[in-house]
Amino acid sequence: MRRLTLIAIPYLWLLALFLVPFLIVLKISLSDTAIAIPPYTPTLDLSEGWAGFKAFLSQLDMENFTWLTQDDLYWKAYLSSVRIAFISTILTLIAGYPIAYAMARAAPEWRPTLLMLVILPFWTSFLIRVYAWMGILSNEGLLNSLLIQIGLISEPLTILNTNTAVYIGVVYTYLPFMILPIYSALEKMDDSLLEAAEDLGCSRLQAFWLVTVPLSKQGIIAGCFLVFIPVVGEFVIPSLLGGSGTLMIGKVLFEEFFNNRDWPVASAVAVILLLILIVPIVLFQRNEQKQREAEG
Amino acid sequence: MKNALMLCTAALALGASMAAAEEVRVYNWSDYIDEALLEKFEQETGLELVYDVFDSNEVLETKMLAGGSGYDVVVPTGTFLQRQIAAGAFQPLDKSKLSNLDNMWDVISDRTAKYDPENAHAINYMWGTTGLGVNLGKVREVLGEDAPVDSWDLVFKAENMEKLAECGVHFLDAPAEMIPAALNYIGEDPDSHDPEVIAKAEAVYEPVRPFIQKFHSSEYINALANGDICVAVGWSGDVLQARDRAAEADNGVEIGYFAPNEGAQMWFDMMAIPVDAPNPEGAHTFLNFIMDAQNMAAASNYVYYANGNLAAQEFLAEDVITDPAIYPTPAAMDNTYTTTPYPPKVQRVVTRLWTKIKSGT
Repeated sequence: MRRLTLIAIPYLWLLALFLVPFLIVLKISLSDTAIAIPPYTPTLDLSEGWAGFKAFLSQLDMENFTWLTQDDLYWKAYLSSVRIAFISTILTLIAGYPIAYAMARAAPEWRPTLLMLVILPFWTSFLIRVYAWMGILSNEGLLNSLLIQIGLISEPLTILNTNTAVYIGVVYTYLPFMILPIYSALEKMDDSLLEAAEDLGCSRLQAFWLVTVPLSKQGIIAGCFLVFIPVVGEFVIPSLLGGSGTLMIGKVLFEEFFNNRDWPVASAVAVILLLILIVPIVLFQRNEQKQREAEG
Repeated sequence: MKNALMLCTAALALGASMAAAEEVRVYNWSDYIDEALLEKFEQETGLELVYDVFDSNEVLETKMLAGGSGYDVVVPTGTFLQRQIAAGAFQPLDKSKLSNLDNMWDVISDRTAKYDPENAHAINYMWGTTGLGVNLGKVREVLGEDAPVDSWDLVFKAENMEKLAECGVHFLDAPAEMIPAALNYIGEDPDSHDPEVIAKAEAVYEPVRPFIQKFHSSEYINALANGDICVAVGWSGDVLQARDRAAEADNGVEIGYFAPNEGAQMWFDMMAIPVDAPNPEGAHTFLNFIMDAQNMAAASNYVYYANGNLAAQEFLAEDVITDPAIYPTPAAMDNTYTTTPYPPKVQRVVTRLWTKIKSGT
């Protein structure tokens, strides 16, 4: 009985917080837009019983999904989101790995402090931190005035409202999600393995590539997924730091929802986004499972 | 057990209804009121005022159409009001509770009745035009003394925009106003609902698009005032607020507002009560408070927008009532146009076109 309860809790969680909302979104994506509250039709009316439910079902259709295929905006936005997420993930990895490595190499009594420092930015609201970047990157911002003052440039660089600013914002925001799993993988590593590698004739660099990196592979994979998946659907960073040329599916979804007030199409966009993300999510799950089996 | 539960529920319900009776929740545009008025309202009525702000009609409309926004008074623009009334989002006003209704100005009421027949659901808060906010010093420096600051040529001619791009140009991120402006510029009906006519707006934006730094509906107030940009297509009162902030900062920035001579869009922001407002009684009290001649005048004196209140005019500051950028001359008023809401299919065309204009995709 106790075992059953334990298993039931995560499934109930999943059911209430993922499956039910998803089914609602799916249902809206099959509806038609209308000038009403809520702004779509049909809505489920249970007062007429089974007949009402059947009438409701017969009014649903795939029209909105067909619409998505007819306008290349959506595909371009999906592709561009995936590309931005992919490049950001690589950049975050390049920035995060050395940090995680240095943390894992640091004296044990320092590690809790270093870990705290990585988590510390979360104490400030995410929105405020992204806003702070607007102040840093703008034409009259801190970065440009610093660069001009030290004579590196004479004209301010236009960074804010470009894709570069989006990458900076994303890498900054998601860095801890990359560092933490890599750090946890590296920290567990047995130093004697490196000594063994060197005894067997590896240079330090070779030992790093042949021993350290493979042993932290699980952490790298976990970190990459933790960054990639949320960045694909990211909305706040591109809308605050990106320009009007930054095409991301999160912004398209926002526009469908708020500017077109077309909840059905917005929901269809969300459903497709989820389908696109299911592939990496399943891969991530598999990776986690493999890791558990290896450890178990 | 059951009794205790019922008691609890009753207590909760009572608590909820008591809280509702004490609070009035207002959702208005950002930078759109003299905040001293909010305190005055609380003191005069004993009601607690919760005052939130937004900067786009689209966000407001989404809340209205989702229902259950929890607000007692909201302020959509006329075209949006009309569509939301059609969706059943607002309750008819109980005019017996609005003793100050006689203060309203028929010139404006007649126009707003186009959106809301007999003004049954809303009162006019303020109105204005959509036009050009210009940093006069910089623009004359870039384009010369005879820069066409009172013409849409300023922002729709590539040769001007190319030069202005150096000092920065912002456009409103409001397709329901920027598409009509482009159509009006090329001599089409700005209120056209014909997708083929609407599509012509793209050709207006295409040559100037590379020179537009940003599409945003509220940042330009500060950007103009600080001298970060030199032209903004914006709302009259917002530009005038920028003018005032620059004057206060004494930073050498001189801002002017111009309703372009090819015609400017005239719009009306309307106060209405959502159909599911928790405290409609308090909402009526708030509307009546706003329609008080002195209160309305105080608001206009503060935000530099004209209002639809005739009795308020005697309390308006001299520089407000006589400023043609705020209260246009009758001739200038004839040189404005109004729009009506797009039906859903056309709305889709408009937003899609706007996305294309903004992002090039």
